Amino acid sequence: MDNNYYDPADLRKFGKISEWAPELGEKFFDYYNSVFKEGALSAREKSLIALAVAHVVKCPYCIDAYTKDGLQKGITKEEMMEAVHAGAAIESGATLVHGVQMMNKYNKLSM
Amino acid sequence: MATKSLKAIGHQLAQTQKQLDLLQSGPFKEGELPLFKDKIAQTGQFPLRAKTLEILQINMGYMCNQVCAHCHVDAGPDRKEIMNRETMQQCLGVIAQTGAHTLDLTGGAPEMNPDFRWFIEAASAAGVKDFIVRSNLTIIRANKKYHDLPEFFAKHGVHVVSSMPHYTQGKTDKQRGDGVFNASIEALKMLNKVGYGMPGSDLKLDLVYNPSGAYLPGDQAALEKDFKKALDADFGIQFNALFAITNLPISRFLDYLVASGNFEDYMYALVDAYNPAAVAGVMCTNTLSVSWDGYLYDCDFNQMLGLKVASKARHIKDYDTSLLEGREVVISQHCYGCTAGAGSSCQGTVA
Repeated sequence: MDNNYYDPADLRKFGKISEWAPELGEKFFDYYNSVFKEGALSAREKSLIALAVAHVVKCPYCIDAYTKDGLQKGITKEEMMEAVHAGAAIESGATLVHGVQMMNKYNKLSM
Repeated sequence: MATKSLKAIGHQLAQTQKQLDLLQSGPFKEGELPLFKDKIAQTGQFPLRAKTLEILQINMGYMCNQVCAHCHVDAGPDRKEIMNRETMQQCLGVIAQTGAHTLDLTGGAPEMNPDFRWFIEAASAAGVKDFIVRSNLTIIRANKKYHDLPEFFAKHGVHVVSSMPHYTQGKTDKQRGDGVFNASIEALKMLNKVGYGMPGSDLKLDLVYNPSGAYLPGDQAALEKDFKKALDADFGIQFNALFAITNLPISRFLDYLVASGNFEDYMYALVDAYNPAAVAGVMCTNTLSVSWDGYLYDCDFNQMLGLKVASKARHIKDYDTSLLEGREVVISQHCYGCTAGAGSSCQGTVA
């Protein structure tokens, strides 16, 4: 085992998680593959959502995977960066909206 | 952006043996990835054998007005290999004596061959109906002597297949050179003007999409939809179909993969996407590739790797159906490029 938590080569071994829990692994990958199929949302739209979420959950594997997926689908870099901003805006908004809680608490504790 | 071929700068990957060595190296040498022959053997598809000849794909020369970063031919203005009339006549002889119905002309820029128009006229007179010309589009705008190519193509009912890596300027120019996008758009408008790609017209205009980087093409139908929408909305351009073609790890694209540190990942991606159903439709089973100097290859990719057909008949002047039909196709790991995902051929996906 390497002295790194993340190795880019591990991404292509993702499927191996099924080896230690075949039934659950299979169910997960079936579900995963179904999610990204063309549906009410296009595969292209879902790829951009996945890219945004990949950044929010800060998963380097997912960022690699969905940058490549976007390129394969002809998604432009401008579209990709806007998706990242959409994710970032929600993430920072989620932090900032807690500011209301802080304000409530402050006001309650203050005379 | 490169302006010279690998051959002109004396790059080691201009040597076919160096390319073949690379295709046996790394994960293939260490056994992490299966060799192509072992992979197809798993599904009982080894050896791959040529069936009846349907398409004669003729490489009219490696000269080109562009020096594209991904070119598997290593074509460019400095390449002087050009097919002569004698070889073209031998090709016509083969078309006449076999059931091959399609002449597929490629290069380089096939239009730069001084006998290009003579060849199409001669083939047309000989009764060939199905012509494909693989045009890089910019050639139509490159010089006044090429401006009437759309009319010439239309006159002979040539099926035009043109490269267009993206519907945005940035990505196109990065792969194919500055100014290529605008020149291509102008050329497409000229082709539309004479009827190519227009609704109700018999003149077929297809576009070829190659990824501009170390990734595989996405779904052909989805890409076609995006291209149609964008080219129509932005430029009023119409076309028939989009062929999504996988870049094979050969020549300049191989050089790019190695230099950018993407070679291993790309080979993994190709092998991961291996689709046995695509093997049945690979183009080497119904196509024969002829080089500028008349030698025969299973495909244009093998031509660039110097892998001649495994047959006693290795030159167009020696063409013999009994020797060539059923021959074993020469393969290496680049062949994974044609069997990945929905498969890839000069006519787009195959599975």
